Amino acid sequence: MNSSSWLRPVAASSVSGEYDAFFWAMVLVCGAVAIGIAIALIYFAIRYRRRSENQLPPQIRVNLAAEVTWIALPFLIFMGMFAYGAKLYLDIERPPENALELYVTGKQWMWKLQHPEGAREINELHVPVGQSIKLNMISQDVIHSFYIPAFRVKQDVLPDRYTTLWFRATKAGEYHLFCAEYCGTKHSGMIGAVYAMDPHEYQVWVDRGAAEGSLSSLGEKMFHQFGCANCHHFDGHGRGPNLQRLYGQTVRISGGGSVTADDTYIRESILDPRAKIVEGFTDLMPTFKGQIAEEQIIQLIAYIRAIGPQPVTGAPQPWIVQPGTTAISGTQPETR
Amino acid sequence: MIGAVEVKPSRTYLDSQEGILSWLLTTDHKRIGLLYVFSITAFFVVGGFFALLMRLELLTPVTDLVSAETYNKLFSMHGIIMVWFFLIPSIPTTLGNFLIPMMIGAKDVAFPKLNLASWYIFNLGGLVTLYALIRGGVDTGWTFYTPFSTSYSTTYVVAAALGIFIAGFGSIITGLNFIATIHKMRAPGMTWFRLPIFIWSHYATSLIFVLATPILAITLLMVGFERILKVGIFDPALGGDPVLFQHIFWFYSHPAVYIMILPGMAVISEIVPAFSRKPLFGYKAVAYSSLGIAAIGFLVWGHHMFVAGQSLYSAMVFSILSYLVAVPSAIKVFNWTATLYKGSVSWDTPMLYAIGFIGLFTIGGMTGLFLAALGLDVHVTDTYFVIAHFHYIMVGGAVMAYLGGVHYWWPKISGKLYPEGLAKLSALIVFIGFNLTFFPQFILGYLGMPRRYAAYPDEFQVLNVLSTAGASILGVGYILPLVYLIWSWKYGKPAGPNPWRATGLEWKTPSPPPQHNFETTPVVTYDAYDYEAMKEELELV
Amino acid sequence: MSELRSLAVREQFATADQQRETATVGMWVFLVTEVMFFGGLFMTHIVYRLLHTAAFDRGSADMSIVLGSTNTAVLISSSFTMALAVHAAQEGKWRRLAGFLFATMLIGSVFLGIKFAEYYQHYREHQVPGFWFETSDPDPGGLQMFFVYYFAMTGLHALHMIIGIGVLAVLLFRSGLERFTSAYHNPVVIAGLYWHFVDIVWVFLFAIFYLPGLHL
Repeated sequence: MNSSSWLRPVAASSVSGEYDAFFWAMVLVCGAVAIGIAIALIYFAIRYRRRSENQLPPQIRVNLAAEVTWIALPFLIFMGMFAYGAKLYLDIERPPENALELYVTGKQWMWKLQHPEGAREINELHVPVGQSIKLNMISQDVIHSFYIPAFRVKQDVLPDRYTTLWFRATKAGEYHLFCAEYCGTKHSGMIGAVYAMDPHEYQVWVDRGAAEGSLSSLGEKMFHQFGCANCHHFDGHGRGPNLQRLYGQTVRISGGGSVTADDTYIRESILDPRAKIVEGFTDLMPTFKGQIAEEQIIQLIAYIRAIGPQPVTGAPQPWIVQPGTTAISGTQPETR
Repeated sequence: MIGAVEVKPSRTYLDSQEGILSWLLTTDHKRIGLLYVFSITAFFVVGGFFALLMRLELLTPVTDLVSAETYNKLFSMHGIIMVWFFLIPSIPTTLGNFLIPMMIGAKDVAFPKLNLASWYIFNLGGLVTLYALIRGGVDTGWTFYTPFSTSYSTTYVVAAALGIFIAGFGSIITGLNFIATIHKMRAPGMTWFRLPIFIWSHYATSLIFVLATPILAITLLMVGFERILKVGIFDPALGGDPVLFQHIFWFYSHPAVYIMILPGMAVISEIVPAFSRKPLFGYKAVAYSSLGIAAIGFLVWGHHMFVAGQSLYSAMVFSILSYLVAVPSAIKVFNWTATLYKGSVSWDTPMLYAIGFIGLFTIGGMTGLFLAALGLDVHVTDTYFVIAHFHYIMVGGAVMAYLGGVHYWWPKISGKLYPEGLAKLSALIVFIGFNLTFFPQFILGYLGMPRRYAAYPDEFQVLNVLSTAGASILGVGYILPLVYLIWSWKYGKPAGPNPWRATGLEWKTPSPPPQHNFETTPVVTYDAYDYEAMKEELELV
Repeated sequence: MSELRSLAVREQFATADQQRETATVGMWVFLVTEVMFFGGLFMTHIVYRLLHTAAFDRGSADMSIVLGSTNTAVLISSSFTMALAVHAAQEGKWRRLAGFLFATMLIGSVFLGIKFAEYYQHYREHQVPGFWFETSDPDPGGLQMFFVYYFAMTGLHALHMIIGIGVLAVLLFRSGLERFTSAYHNPVVIAGLYWHFVDIVWVFLFAIFYLPGLHL
């Protein structure tokens, strides 16, 4: 494991430089103020120490100029801190368009990772250096948190909802992976390693792991295995909506309103199909709750993503709000 | 008379009535304050013992002293006891109860019987929580995050939550009592802007007590319902939202941290003028800042949830507001420091604690600025950085303020002087032990060590060992005052009414005061900290 | 000042006026804590209503608007008798005071009776979460959440009613002993404040649980 120094932990991502620069700027500013206050206190305590038991010093009460200064100046500095912090936050939170998307499932007390090419890992994450990686994460039980200190990224992993985290490794190496939200007995054991590799080596590694097939091809298998294909025809004449060119679109729901067809919506439709039925269709789809594993849902989502950009050959899809736009990839807004 | 020792034994609140029942059924706010001292000291010892075990376990990177299950229970119980059974009650129920009526020239609080009831309710809550502890403990963390606490933990969650729920009513009663007292029981001439800042800060604290604690009650009630009835309030499988818990929990718990620090600031605002012998600099600014902290403190809860899955926009709003709430605290720090300027500064123990407070609170507060910066928070949230931040404020701040206040008013409360030399030494030991314990934790957090970890990677060991070493020193620093204060109660030199030559109505009474505080109701004609007006009475030149 | 002190003025107060004003401040502060207490439940209720609007509407439709409206009228009239009780106390008429206190308690009990009858009805229809809840609703979790809030909030309200009736009983007892005069009757006034507050809470509960089902 790459070792840290006390002054600077391992820094290996595209944001860690910006992060550390801001962190140390804060240390300097806050340190200066703290030292300033300490010096003032000690100096005053010595310089104005009591000379005699009954001494009465000058009774200074207030100085408006001083008061206004030390209200306005900190406020302005704080607003500057907010601005830098917000900018850094947007850089950390908003993934670029070309990110490679992986799926993470957290459960007590391990991390399961799925690469789109099919490779699967437990408690380890292999990534290529220099490539933006976006993780779509969900928990099977309690709230966990995916934390890679070397990349300066962290995001809580929630049950029943996908959250995302992105990074771009800049240095090859092995880095800590921690769970950072207390999750029960083996919380401190829910750790692992992130391996950032030279892109060629990564390609070799990922090809080795793709024996079973890519995530979306596994999803296609699930699509038939679970009987989805029986209703969700691609010619538009099925009992269920045509799922081509669906991913990322805004979909009208019966009863009014609309929803973005993202990972969370697709998952909800599989587990609780009555929650949001597409306009023009009826309550026919059975629930798969208890019958389908979280990883299989992810495979189905990958498949639906894969058929997203396919040109529609069948009937038009009036329930989609903006036909003609392609599926959104990396810059999807957070759902709630 | 200043400095003169009382020769004739007079009836004080300590001997106004005899027998254990006269204490257990007392309605005298001063006796109730002492009853609370016993309770919170006992809880502090229990909570501190758990901290000691945790730090011993963390000497090595593996779980060898205790199992992971036990460690999880230790940090949970440490948090629960320290937050709800020590920090939140400490200064208000002890020094607040004792001093508020005296400082405003009243005979007692507005509702003395309710005051006694609050002590019993508090202890009942404590007993129920201790029951949970003895039966096997709780392992959810003091934050009870769902769905772990509602659907997964196999420990005594409902019992612990019930104990806290009950104790919360004690808090509400105390806050209600103080608000009514400060509004309606001030002596003639004691206008709002003549009140000592101790009163302003406790008033602000009481506002938070009454507004925030009911939300905690509802939150714990919902956790209890969910755990017992399993109806899905926080269970996503049944349509619930586990993140909603975080919102309602922190909506209370963030104002709660201001409950923990405002009384500490109250104490410092009394000690600094007294030991500089001049008025608190910027009195009105400090008074308004107390209210400002209470008000804005209700608007920042989302800063505990920057990586919890809320939207980027709400994160922005909470970040700005978190910086806003830092402004009144900064105002106070500058005004305290400026009070020493051209003063007559004495280095008695209370002042040492106060100066220590200002320094350590400043460090703690400024690391809060780090956490309020959205981008920085991503890396250090849920790590030891946060633990160091809040311990700097709670231990380096609130506990030091409590000790400073206990020393400052000890002569008034006990009628005796504590041993000054030993007290100064203890203050130094506390300061050194504290910084050695918690400063390494900032580094640990920046390096990436998550919190609530029983085991950790090897490279974090050196810093953990330093921290544990500091904790043992800190423990010694806390035991010493316990010993010498108790010793001085019996064997200390008798104190006069005003050994510090301080202003304030409490110093006009004998030490210890009589049961009803004042022989005749005082009439106030000058401002707080008005040494100039009082200089003849205090024999100052 | 001593001629203004009567046996009813406690040690810590200088005058009867101070005691009266302080007790009133105390009651208002207490009511603020109650607002926060119920407010927490109202706020989270709103969140879940937004997440499960259709199911919550269906739950509302299932409530008995007849019993709900009756109860609202009942409680408002109990507030009326309470106000009359306070007025009687101001006039120093202890018999009338006792009568109106008793009427308020009686009407309050009628409210509770109707409420418990409703609870029993829900039990018969398997709508009690945690004990017996069965439904074929398309959003079973959402509908159950509606009933969790229904029982929690109206239950908490009923608890406050029971305590209120207890407080009125104590006041009734003291008024029978002729403890209240036109000079000293503040306990009745502040009990009235509490009673009116509990009434107002019910009006809001009626609005959020019963009215949405009317689809007006």
